[in-house]
Amino acid sequence: MYYLRSVMTIWEREVIRYTRDRYRIIPTVFQPIMFLVIFGAGLRGPLSSSNLGVDFVKFMYPGIIAMNVMGIAFFSSISTVWDREFGFLKEILVAPVQRSAIVLGKALGATTIAATQALILLLIAPFIGLSIHPLIVVHLFLFMLLLSFAISGMSLVIASLMKTMESFGVIMQLFIFPMFFLSGAFFPLTSVPHWMVVLSQVDPLTYGVDAARQIILGGQVSTAVISKLALHPVHIDAIFLLIFSLITVSISVKAFNRKD
Amino acid sequence: MNIIEVKGLTKKYGDLTAVNGISFSVKKGEIFGFLGPNGAGKSTTISMLSTLITVTAGAAKINNFDVTGQTDDVRRSIGLVFQDPSLDDRLTAQENLTFHARLYGLAKKNYAGRVKEVLELVELWERRNNLVRSFSGGMKRRLEIARGLIHFPKLLFLDEPTLGLDPQTRAHIWEYILKLRESQQMTIFMTTHYMNEAEYCDRIAIIDQGEIISLDTPEKLKKKVGGDIVQLQSADKDKLKAELKKRYRFKVKEEGEKLSIEVPDGEKFLPRLFNELDTRIDAIELRKPTLEDVFLKMTGRKIREEEASAKDHMREVVRIHRRR
Repeated sequence: MYYLRSVMTIWEREVIRYTRDRYRIIPTVFQPIMFLVIFGAGLRGPLSSSNLGVDFVKFMYPGIIAMNVMGIAFFSSISTVWDREFGFLKEILVAPVQRSAIVLGKALGATTIAATQALILLLIAPFIGLSIHPLIVVHLFLFMLLLSFAISGMSLVIASLMKTMESFGVIMQLFIFPMFFLSGAFFPLTSVPHWMVVLSQVDPLTYGVDAARQIILGGQVSTAVISKLALHPVHIDAIFLLIFSLITVSISVKAFNRKD
Repeated sequence: MNIIEVKGLTKKYGDLTAVNGISFSVKKGEIFGFLGPNGAGKSTTISMLSTLITVTAGAAKINNFDVTGQTDDVRRSIGLVFQDPSLDDRLTAQENLTFHARLYGLAKKNYAGRVKEVLELVELWERRNNLVRSFSGGMKRRLEIARGLIHFPKLLFLDEPTLGLDPQTRAHIWEYILKLRESQQMTIFMTTHYMNEAEYCDRIAIIDQGEIISLDTPEKLKKKVGGDIVQLQSADKDKLKAELKKRYRFKVKEEGEKLSIEVPDGEKFLPRLFNELDTRIDAIELRKPTLEDVFLKMTGRKIREEEASAKDHMREVVRIHRRR
């Protein structure tokens, strides 16, 4: 099937380029560990578990994983801007390949790279006092695939508009930090001002964090606590991310189709 | 058969007309050139013909496929070697070519052999596992030509093929290109602003400000400009001038100490001068018209002396830097 083969060819290139860039892989694990250690140490006391129902570090951990996955998925689209800036994009566009295959190949590349990162971060779980059942690993991995696909759809839309890597970097920072902080990774969204609730509802990361928290903490913490912290059932989170993916990927395909 | 058929091709960006209703056709096996300064519309034309940008008006057919309606068929028929380098320098030479082969639908059992074939053609087989980042400008260009050939295109587009390369590399690249034309009857469409490179073409279209000013073989174009120039020097300048006028009825131009006349076939005429003139000639020079003369005459200015904008200069610097 020619279409599948072209998606795979594009996918493979994204993965090869990422794995060859050793300097990119190591720092990406550093950031989440830093958050967990520093924020954990600092806020563990003030945000004692009597309020949350669970130790703060354990509360943060799923959100940190989701955040990290999002960051990597977002950043992976910089390869498209690189392609545009260094001319390789023309080679792709002049090939007899469907534009949707190009978008899918790149999105799946980012998805693979980002979701794999989640697996690495699950190794920290024992250090926080969480036990991770193999089924949880699978469940989480699948959900992180969905989250990173949604995020890479969004960042491909941005990448299709940016002409240089600098401008992509600037816009990315503009999006990423609000999305991180509004997602409920650091504090529950169950008792925040209304404006924040509204904003968090358009943030795809919110749904990723919500699902990740339920998946990872589900067996370890009482159901009462979970239902206090959870926003939506996991399958609702999944549906939202699916719709978000469909919209952003369609816009990306249109953007790649626009030939000027 | 005509591999390229263009009628009234136009490209407008808002109020700016980059290409203004040009028409021409290119036969199979021809080397066809677009000669013109930066900004003339050469790259825009190639971009339209290679389906990278949309056509504002007019029609173009490549290998009998319409560039607007049958884009994938056009893409499979052409190989493109861009003006700016377009390789992935974080992949190896072989990986770059395999990527291309797969995107163009070559089956796995075929493309491994084909990749080897084209790499050997451009003498890069030994470097197949090196990252392109380590390649020199000339090597990158050769690799791009190899890549353009993988899928057996009928037509090869070369956009400023030797821009920024040293003369020796330039000569080598033209060796490959001419070999290609011979062995595979490949049609080649190229753009250039190097006059001596344009001499390789079977036919040239002189393009300026989005329009084709003239289209013919290099020889005929040069003949249109006029004849050869013979420059003579003599201690008896005035006597020589009078004799030239009387004997041959030439219009004689005086340029400092030299006299110059225009004749149709300089090489044939010189021996006659030596045999027939009485006045002694001290020095003589024969100049044949170059494409530079053609361009100057047809557009009213020299191709290199136009003001390069700062941006053009920057692009040129960056381009040469990337080729290294």
